[in-house]
Amino acid sequence: MKFTRTGRHLALNEGLIFERSAPGRTGYDLPRLDVPGVDLGAALGADNLREPIPGFPEVSEVDVVRHFTRLASWNYSIDAGMYPLGSCTMKYNPRLNERVAAMKGLAEAHPLSPESLVQGSLEVLRLLADCLAEISGMDAVSLQPPAGACGELTGILMIRACLSSRGNPRRKVLIPDSAHGTNPASAVIAGYEVQSLKSDSRGCIDLNGLERAMNDEVAALMLTNPNTLGIFEQDIVSIARIVHDRGGLVYMDGANLNALMGITRPGNFGVDVLHINLHKTFSTPHGGGGPGAGPVAVKQVLEPFLPVPTVERREDRRYYLNYDRPDSIGRVKAFYGNFLTLVRALAYILANGAEGLKEASQVAILNANYIKHHLRDVYDLPYDEPILHEVVFSSRRQTRNNLTVMDLAKRLMDYGFHPPTVAFPLVVQGALMIEPSETESRQELDQFIHAMRCIAEEADSDPELLKQAPHSTRVSRLDEVRAARKPVLRWKPDEVGDQDS
Amino acid sequence: MKLPEDCRYSKQHEWIRVDGDGGTVGITDHAQKELGDVVFVELPEIGQVFSADEVLANVESVKAVSEVYAPVAGEVAAVNSVLDSAPELVNQDPYGEAWFVRIKLTDSIELDNLLTADQYRKYVEEESAG
Amino acid sequence: MRYLSTSSEQQAHMLKALGLHSAEDLLTSIPETIRLRSPLDLPPALSEPELLARFAELEAGNAPRILSFLGAGVNQHFIPLVIDSLCSRGEFLTSYTPYQAEISQGTLQAVFEFQTFICQLTGMEISNASMYDGSSALAEGVLMARRISRRRRVLVAGTVHPEYRAVVDTVTRHQDLTIQTVDHGGDGRLDPAELETRLGEDVGALVVQSPNFLGNLESLDVLADLCRQKGVLLVVNIAELLSLGIVRSPGSAGADIVCGEAQSLGISPGFGGPHVGFLATREKFVRNLPGRLVGQTVDRHGQRGYVLTLATREQHIRREKATSNICTNQNLTALMVTLFCSLLGRKGLRELAIQNVSKVQYGLAALRKLPVEILFEGPRFNEFVLRLNRPYEEVAERFHAAGVVPGLPLGQYDPRLGNALLVSITETKSKQDIDRLVELVKAAA
Repeated sequence: MKFTRTGRHLALNEGLIFERSAPGRTGYDLPRLDVPGVDLGAALGADNLREPIPGFPEVSEVDVVRHFTRLASWNYSIDAGMYPLGSCTMKYNPRLNERVAAMKGLAEAHPLSPESLVQGSLEVLRLLADCLAEISGMDAVSLQPPAGACGELTGILMIRACLSSRGNPRRKVLIPDSAHGTNPASAVIAGYEVQSLKSDSRGCIDLNGLERAMNDEVAALMLTNPNTLGIFEQDIVSIARIVHDRGGLVYMDGANLNALMGITRPGNFGVDVLHINLHKTFSTPHGGGGPGAGPVAVKQVLEPFLPVPTVERREDRRYYLNYDRPDSIGRVKAFYGNFLTLVRALAYILANGAEGLKEASQVAILNANYIKHHLRDVYDLPYDEPILHEVVFSSRRQTRNNLTVMDLAKRLMDYGFHPPTVAFPLVVQGALMIEPSETESRQELDQFIHAMRCIAEEADSDPELLKQAPHSTRVSRLDEVRAARKPVLRWKPDEVGDQDS
Repeated sequence: MKLPEDCRYSKQHEWIRVDGDGGTVGITDHAQKELGDVVFVELPEIGQVFSADEVLANVESVKAVSEVYAPVAGEVAAVNSVLDSAPELVNQDPYGEAWFVRIKLTDSIELDNLLTADQYRKYVEEESAG
Repeated sequence: MRYLSTSSEQQAHMLKALGLHSAEDLLTSIPETIRLRSPLDLPPALSEPELLARFAELEAGNAPRILSFLGAGVNQHFIPLVIDSLCSRGEFLTSYTPYQAEISQGTLQAVFEFQTFICQLTGMEISNASMYDGSSALAEGVLMARRISRRRRVLVAGTVHPEYRAVVDTVTRHQDLTIQTVDHGGDGRLDPAELETRLGEDVGALVVQSPNFLGNLESLDVLADLCRQKGVLLVVNIAELLSLGIVRSPGSAGADIVCGEAQSLGISPGFGGPHVGFLATREKFVRNLPGRLVGQTVDRHGQRGYVLTLATREQHIRREKATSNICTNQNLTALMVTLFCSLLGRKGLRELAIQNVSKVQYGLAALRKLPVEILFEGPRFNEFVLRLNRPYEEVAERFHAAGVVPGLPLGQYDPRLGNALLVSITETKSKQDIDRLVELVKAAA
């Protein structure tokens, strides 16, 4: 297959909003001030005043709509097509979620309102917490962490508080070498040293290695299950027992929970605490990189240490925020979490019900296996184990002609797909980590498989085509070295002018 | 692979050029090639004391950070601040303009633990063959 | 299920292609002993109309049409509807982190514009691509100051938002640093003379908020001078970013790190989130700045474009040595801020800020005539502290029955402020609204 131009983006030369500015234009209207104007110097102190901000744009509403519509046209999105980023779970974001999150009574509620006036918001929180506890098989949930990494930190801080209450917080956290980079970073912020655990030949936790590493200096094992290779840790029950027998706790990164709904539950296989990425498994939009939400779910043993406040229900059936929790680790975010994100996740759960969620997981697993089956003769499969929701190939067969895995990824854009996660997990050389999610139809999967096979051929026949890819996007391959050597991190008024030339 | 004869080399790919009781330290041509385009070098402060194999500096490419170790023990006498604004020198002239630090040696006998140009060449060849 | 694109017939075909009979055959790696044997105990699945009805019920649990004078870091302001319209576009809403720059130029350029707006507002040289919220931005700002200064003690003004201080305590608890609180002086602001005695040699940073939690503007230039003399970094937290439409920027006053919450600029209160934090600083501290950064560069043809840059600071490369564990920004809410700044622009931001100052002054003038006390008189933007003559709990019902929440009772944060309320009056309140508040206060005083 030869490259064909797939389409043109609107307005190739749209500049920055600051460069559209022309004095005297505005993009808003305010009601006329209905109270007397004031002497600003007297009200604020003359020294505290500022002049109008130099370089702040002056554009009309039309300019703003045009500018951002053009910018939008340069983005790929799950609405446009398959987004097979491994461990990111790019699934369809139902529009119904958006509608309920925009309901005035929910969107405009102030978090510090008297509890009697926001019973609806509190009920949303409680309902979602209960659903997540049931899905994960855990006993209690905090919805406060605004993202997965914060959920990790929250979980490890709870483990630390729990072990401290038993007399010794311990010193280390064990983390498999296939883990997400946030895991070690979070453990360090919670005051732990990180010890990396080498994966075994199946890409799983090595039981003997764990036996050797697990001693009374180890506070916790932080694992991902299914792991970042998409493989379910079959020995999970033994793993948890080894950790528990020596007084440690088991943390699970819930990034891959989309493989497990209604099939098994972390609470059933020895996990003491996990975080759940609502923007992955529960369909809240990624928004180009956030906001997400990273609730943590715990077993009874960690319940006293949950962040404050928790949402509880009195005997009169009224909801309230409970701050009276002396063992709590404290707050990890102002207020109660990314509430409107939580609303969306609840809408997704209620729309699916138990059967819908289970089917979503099953189809996600089927789709990943379908891709594995149809690409395994072309792409190297370093860990040929049964997989669940994602598959990790190595690009080493394709990158012999002085190509990198990134060249393959960039070429995929010309076929109309977002590339998979590349160069992660670190245990696979030139990793291509593919997670289709349950969203993709068989037709979409077949097209993706076809594109991947074509690219493998091109890697042999025309490596230069890949090196120069992508060819059909608004900009071609960007110079990351230049960006890092001489960082330009903002626009400045004195740089006005056509820099495209 | 460029390997000046007047330098000694470590297995972690640093070089040192000794001059009296001091030495100039940088990373080897082989190291810069492995790293790719260097975008930033983080240097120590003058007066900091290092033992051999302690982390002396960090070198960043776009997608990796690598540690540079002190080949021998010593105190930092000078740092090459030109690298702040011109990290690309590490790729262009690793044994010359892209020196990292000058150190005052704690004990010159440690130099005996380092490799000659020939020994280092063999070491690199074996390493990449393995 | 309408969110699935594969019929059961297609699923059967796909299984057959894999040489399998049922979906169960794909689960052999999950031990039987831990499989769920019964369905999850969840509410039954709802169709679209049923679900809308269910959420209408939940929404109705919140009291409708409340006239609220609550602020305290979640501020009620005008939101142009163009913001929602553009943010609802799938290309912004349903895209992922822009790791693949060539098909994410829209997001990347918008973030570059966000970074520029934050620099312009704060008067700083560089800004990151946003943080979770104001509280996490402050915690990251404190950790950043600790790394730069290499000193262990951090002084935090007691007038920094109490929930932010709580988050700072949690996040920094195991980071080899000591947080100490500095109380405000009689005028509700930091007392420079008292502060000077506290700025010892091991103090790495002073953290203040302006306007502070009591609504007052701090004298940032005086504090910055003090800090400079003692080699202490000044960290300024801004919980009401609109104030910088009229108030001198912390950068020009001499701040080293400016962080805060940008919810005021285009984001609804949303019962506390998602909002968006920001973190800005001087260029020389860029390697210590946590969070994502977008930088300008060129493509192979020399055309201007944008990429995520300086990623070596971040956790996916540095792992346990990263500047922070945070791996995301709050991109969509940051986009709302970018849109807000674009629409309001040079003139509008200032006009909106001035309206806030005017409304507060109108309210204050009326309240001063009543037998209640305005505490901590001084320069303020849109909030102030009002002391009633009796505990708020005694009169709360009267206000609520009238559909009014007059402010935030402060006794829960500081027992010295037992009968006091933090009142926010923004441009969203008409003259009639303010008059109504004054009438109710008069009746309750």
